[in-house]
Amino acid sequence: MTTPPTLEVRNLRTHFFTRAGVVKAVDDVSFTVDRGKVLGLVGESGSGKSVTGFSIIGLVDPPGRIVEGQILFQGRDLTKLSEEEMRDLRGNRIAMIFQDPMMTLNPVLRIDTQMIETVLAHQKVSREEARQRARDALGQVGIPSPDERLKAYPHQFSGGMRQRVAIAIALLHKPDLIIADEPTTALDVTIQGQILAEAQKLCAESGTALIWITHDLSVVAGLADDIAVMYAGKVVEEGPVAEVLDAPLHPYTLGLIGSVPSRNRRGEPLRQIPGMTPSLLNLPAGCAFRSRCPRAEPRCAEPPPMAEYRPGRFARCIHPHLEEVAAA
Amino acid sequence: MTVFLLRRLLQAIGVVFAMSVLVFIGVYAIGDPVEILISPDADQIERERAIEALGLNLPLWRQYLVFLGNALQGDLGRSFVFNEPALQLILQRMPATLELAFGAMFIAILLGLPLGLYAGLRPNSIGSKVIMAGSILGFSLPTFWVGLMLIMVFAVQLGWLPSTGRGETVEVLGMRWSFLTWNGLQHLLMPAFNLALFKISLVIRLTRAGVRETVLMDYVKFARAKGLSPSRVTFVHVFKNILIPVVTVVGLELGSTIAFSVVTESVFAWPGMGKLIIDSINVLDRPVIVAYLMMIVLMFITINLIVDVTYSVLDPRVRLESKA
Ligand SMILES: Nc1ncnc2c1ncn2[C@@H]1O[C@H](COP(=O)(O)OP(=O)(O)OP(=O)(O)O)[C@@H](O)[C@H]1O
Ligand code: SF4
Ligand SMILES: [Mg+2]
Repeated sequence: MTTPPTLEVRNLRTHFFTRAGVVKAVDDVSFTVDRGKVLGLVGESGSGKSVTGFSIIGLVDPPGRIVEGQILFQGRDLTKLSEEEMRDLRGNRIAMIFQDPMMTLNPVLRIDTQMIETVLAHQKVSREEARQRARDALGQVGIPSPDERLKAYPHQFSGGMRQRVAIAIALLHKPDLIIADEPTTALDVTIQGQILAEAQKLCAESGTALIWITHDLSVVAGLADDIAVMYAGKVVEEGPVAEVLDAPLHPYTLGLIGSVPSRNRRGEPLRQIPGMTPSLLNLPAGCAFRSRCPRAEPRCAEPPPMAEYRPGRFARCIHPHLEEVAAA
Repeated sequence: MTVFLLRRLLQAIGVVFAMSVLVFIGVYAIGDPVEILISPDADQIERERAIEALGLNLPLWRQYLVFLGNALQGDLGRSFVFNEPALQLILQRMPATLELAFGAMFIAILLGLPLGLYAGLRPNSIGSKVIMAGSILGFSLPTFWVGLMLIMVFAVQLGWLPSTGRGETVEVLGMRWSFLTWNGLQHLLMPAFNLALFKISLVIRLTRAGVRETVLMDYVKFARAKGLSPSRVTFVHVFKNILIPVVTVVGLELGSTIAFSVVTESVFAWPGMGKLIIDSINVLDRPVIVAYLMMIVLMFITINLIVDVTYSVLDPRVRLESKA
């Protein structure tokens, strides 16, 4: 018997039932992350990346609800678990790191309080031992004199240091899956580089699976094994990161790559994707990218299915770039 | 912390001084006590002798300097009416007002915090709609009317609680307190609740707003993502954050509760400072009015200082700044 992948999301739909109507924030999302692998989840703002992350860890708040799909974590469907069982997994087997390090730590509680409570939530150990664990975790993410820093409050740390603390908290129980929701967006480039390197090392060493949410393709290029591109609540392209970035199938992916500055194209104007992200409240029937797509044709008014155009290369488009397009 | 306290103390002295001028001039402007205090049959010589004895013949600034000089020695003047030191008159009645005000604040927190917390955590439940509607009543019903209704129901109809006075008192630290005897506590309950009504509503609304705002914060979601129990998230992560604004407002409200317990004291014939000041205003007993107002100023300043200190204990961010 083969061991199941760490995470397999199947046809996930998470909708928000607001007064203005149903917001289909996540609408048919599937992907797989294996042990020790990194999946880059990319897409524009509002494409549903965070909601996907919160769906996995079971923290979608009303009026939002998972309406369909399976989230198989080591073979277990998380959508079927009770709140109690989910709480056992959260922060223990599945951890999450948030985008804004200035907001993730509670301003009125000391770092040690916030770390020790996480240890004690999942393990019956003495306070002293929990403190020991917290200190070790701080050292592990490169915080100098962790003993002293444990007694500090969040505002006494810089943004980069706070994000390290949040990462240390996520690592406390050596989770099997970490969902990192744009954890380096708010940080400057050097610190971003350090954190990325550490994340990579961690996954390789401990077999932790990592979902790295970002809208920055250059981050994904260096870090991820696979990439899933989201647009308006759907995954529109998925595949190994090098192949996708080299020869994207979906016109939206191509547009995303074109809007990233690159050394090879220095001097050329950056290509912009024309138009705006459509409102999730009333998406047009058929391909949601239609109004902005240069390759659109009448057939695109039918919803395009996700199809495997090359081995391991999936795209949700009826007219993908199968001819050799040089993306770079 | 020491520097912080010292700076605040200097500020306080400045404020007290400025207030003493304002209060003195203000009270001087409200009428001529001579007309009230001296019998109309008194002849000219008697009148002048009385005016001189009361120091009312001097120009205003001289009167103020005399007042200031005495005040610095702890003498805020003698009551025209009781012929007793004004300060002593007020201090005698202070315990009654203090226990009424503290009782009211205690009730406000005891009821307001949990109700507000519930309303904030379950904003759409029927219970929280009832609580919020009730808090609007608490805000809008006039205190004296509610006081009379309470007396009607609990004293007259049901006969459960006494309607006037302080009941039995015990002497502690040279002052008489009601809340230390069972009978006194029974007397205290109704007026304290009456005075608390507005504050309960205030605490409920403040707590609810704080909870609603805090539960949306990333750090609360992160706390949940760590796998903490809902009670730990609510009572540690949310509660500690809302405590800051609640403590501030409740603390600041304590001053106004003491200052304006006048209505409740009148309705329940509670022999506190509020009742004394009303009587003194009626007969223009200037030293008592001035002394009372100065006491209130001092009290507000002290309360603000205590609130600031408490605040800095609760909020680590403030603590650091004041150290610098
Ligand atoms: N509580 C909510 N109520 C209604 N709609 C919501 C709610 N939370 C999220 N949404 C909607 O879900 C959609 C996806 O949001 P999500 O936060 O997942 O985007 P994202 O891809 O993470 O974007 P960003 O890069 O800005 O973080 C958005 O259009 C948003 O309007
Ligand atoms: S399905 Fe049509 S509109 Fe949508 S991306 Fe493909 S070509 Fe463009
Ligand atoms: Mg997001």
